[in-house]
Amino acid sequence: MNRLERIQRSLVRKSVPSFEIGDTVRVHVKVVEGEKERIQVFEGVVISRKGGRNSETFTVRKVSYGVGVERIFPVHSPAVSRVDVMRQGKVRRAKLYYLRGRKGKMAKISEREFSAQSKGQGGTARSGPTKPAELEATPQEAVPAGKV
Amino acid sequence: MTNGLLGKKLGMTQMYDDAGRLVPVTVIEAGPCRVAQIKTFERDGYEAVQLAFGEVPERKLTKGQRGHLKAAQVPASRRLREFKKLGDVQIGQVVKADLFQKGDWVDVQGVSKGKGFQGVMKRHHYAGGPASHGSMFHRAPGSIGSSSYPSRVWKNKALPGQMGNVNVTVQRLKVFDVRPDENLVFVSGAVPGADGGTVVVRKSKKA
Repeated sequence: MNRLERIQRSLVRKSVPSFEIGDTVRVHVKVVEGEKERIQVFEGVVISRKGGRNSETFTVRKVSYGVGVERIFPVHSPAVSRVDVMRQGKVRRAKLYYLRGRKGKMAKISEREFSAQSKGQGGTARSGPTKPAELEATPQEAVPAGKV
Repeated sequence: MTNGLLGKKLGMTQMYDDAGRLVPVTVIEAGPCRVAQIKTFERDGYEAVQLAFGEVPERKLTKGQRGHLKAAQVPASRRLREFKKLGDVQIGQVVKADLFQKGDWVDVQGVSKGKGFQGVMKRHHYAGGPASHGSMFHRAPGSIGSSSYPSRVWKNKALPGQMGNVNVTVQRLKVFDVRPDENLVFVSGAVPGADGGTVVVRKSKKA
């Protein structure tokens, strides 16, 4: 590992949100409006995850009033306060760009059964399909909890 | 101490500032440099501090270089460079990255990446001509002056030639962060030269 790589690894956040491609997530984003800071939630499907180390990003897509909206979030941004996994999707690609050309039923992703061998961090400890990936010790809300 | 030191450009990455904004930064391994010689008014006619940077096996140096560094009891180093003298300096003293603090302004000097012999489009941003429709004028410089007056080509006329591989200084870059124990300085923005190249980090003239 070269020197720069090691430095980049030192710049990542301590607890990285765990989710996978195809998952439906709720991204809690800190928004500063003038003096005030509030949390905005963006819910959609994770269609890509790219980059590495401290510059990794993920793309969340949703359809809002018939218009596709995609937002790209840096994984290690302090503005992304929390990522909740609402639903785990069963997909066979790393990038779900094909969803962009589809509508309605065609754009559906079938749900994945609870899988212990999921690649994400702490994936082995998954207690159900709706496990929230928490970053900070915030109380869980609006999570259709399985065994919480 | 000195007004700057030598370092190695490790490469670029990105960091978040206090407001959570993403800032591009260059990581520089700054120092440690050793004082190899002190130039004085009496002996040399000017004042300066010569710093040595970058460890290298002794066999890579000439006998003259070896002797020069040995006189100051400085380990074999790849680069030597003079800096302005500020305050008290001793021979053999170590200058480290703690010269700079977060929020300082610095100038960074390095040798830009060499591009070789380039034409006017790449080197001087000439527009060139149309690619097709029988144009027959593509990337050439075109006319380089008028006829009877001045009957010569103006000095500094932009023409093809060597591009890059020259000393370039970028002034007034912000020190984003310093890690003195790791000899690291994070400077916001880009810095001349390739990764691994030697750079000079100095307190900014325009601070």
